[in-house]
Amino acid sequence: MTISEKIVSDFVANDISFVTTVPCKQLAGVIDAIDANDSIYHIPSNKEDEGMGLCAGAWMGGKRPAIIMQNTAIGVTINTLVTLTQYYRMPLPMLISYRGELGEPVACQVEMAVHTKALLAQLNIPTYHFHNEQDANELDAILKHTFMCNKPVAILTDASFWKGY
Amino acid sequence: MIRSEVLKEIAPIIRDQLVVCNIGLPSQELHLIDDQPSNFYMLGTMGLASSIGLGLALAQDKKVISIDGDGSVLTNFGTLPTIANNVADNFILLIIDNGSYGSTGDQPTYAGKKTSLTKVAEACGCEQVVECQAEQTGQAIKDALASNKMTIIVSKCESGNVKVPVITMDPVVIRDRFMQTVKA
Ligand SMILES: Cc1ncc(C[n+]2csc(CCOP(=O)(O)OP(=O)(O)O)c2C)c(N)n1
Ligand SMILES: [Mg+2]
Repeated sequence: MTISEKIVSDFVANDISFVTTVPCKQLAGVIDAIDANDSIYHIPSNKEDEGMGLCAGAWMGGKRPAIIMQNTAIGVTINTLVTLTQYYRMPLPMLISYRGELGEPVACQVEMAVHTKALLAQLNIPTYHFHNEQDANELDAILKHTFMCNKPVAILTDASFWKGY
Repeated sequence: MIRSEVLKEIAPIIRDQLVVCNIGLPSQELHLIDDQPSNFYMLGTMGLASSIGLGLALAQDKKVISIDGDGSVLTNFGTLPTIANNVADNFILLIIDNGSYGSTGDQPTYAGKKTSLTKVAEACGCEQVVECQAEQTGQAIKDALASNKMTIIVSKCESGNVKVPVITMDPVVIRDRFMQTVKA
């Protein structure tokens, strides 16, 4: 099983059936694995705040959602995280590519990377950082935790985790 | 006709449906006119009424009406291609197009100028798009409900507001009673 397939199998094991995405090069494999899985409805969104709205609706409709996005999207979604997901107490696992870390070839990505954890901390969003492949062994527990506490939860996945950019 | 008059007229038609209502005065007015547990009031997050409604419609079978505004659709324009390409025939998007950011004092929007939200929705690939005058909004909703086809309604009305109190209900209460209605 590839790491992408393992991530998707943890999603499925946790009953996640509605996934929205905005692509990142690092996330291409996991998005392919989402597409290949029949038990997940994949709804690409045009902007990540829109995606969080879709997830909020899906959750109120009885489906467990997740969003897959780049860390730059933290800058796009703060208002939505605070006034929708957190204010109404809704669960939302966020699988995030942590661009701008070691191995990053695109200098601009570092500009958002330096703010990523500080912003998540400021928002009181539980945050997990996958750096080595075995860190993903915690994903199942993180997903259970997310749907237990009804919060948005960030899973940052860096270039080392994905074994390169 | 202004938005609050449109809402008063359509309230008896939508009261048994799941309704996701736009931030600001639209939610405050609907709350005052006919508060229902089947109403999800947005207290923040301008722009996402259509996205929340679409997600809800895709996740379950009951009909869902999102009451949106022209300004909010403009701010989340990406929603229209997503709606067009993820058809939910239990979904109705009602855009109350008063040509202004009503809740903040009726500053004009581009929808009240050269931009046609009806044509944009069509260009995005939405298949059933109905533009109507405010007075016809009730009939347009009845037709959309009867058609069992995903419908975007653009209701052209006048700008203008009445004084209404803010919603003081706790967001978790709004959400919880709404979810109980969804499940019922
Ligand atoms: C990000 C953001 N910017 C601005 C506002 C302020 N605001 C609240 S409602 C609103 C107007 C919405 O206009 P429209 O969707 O046309 O609805 P109307 O009130 O006209 O029915 C604005 C600008 C906000 N809540 N959030
Ligand atoms: Mg308006």
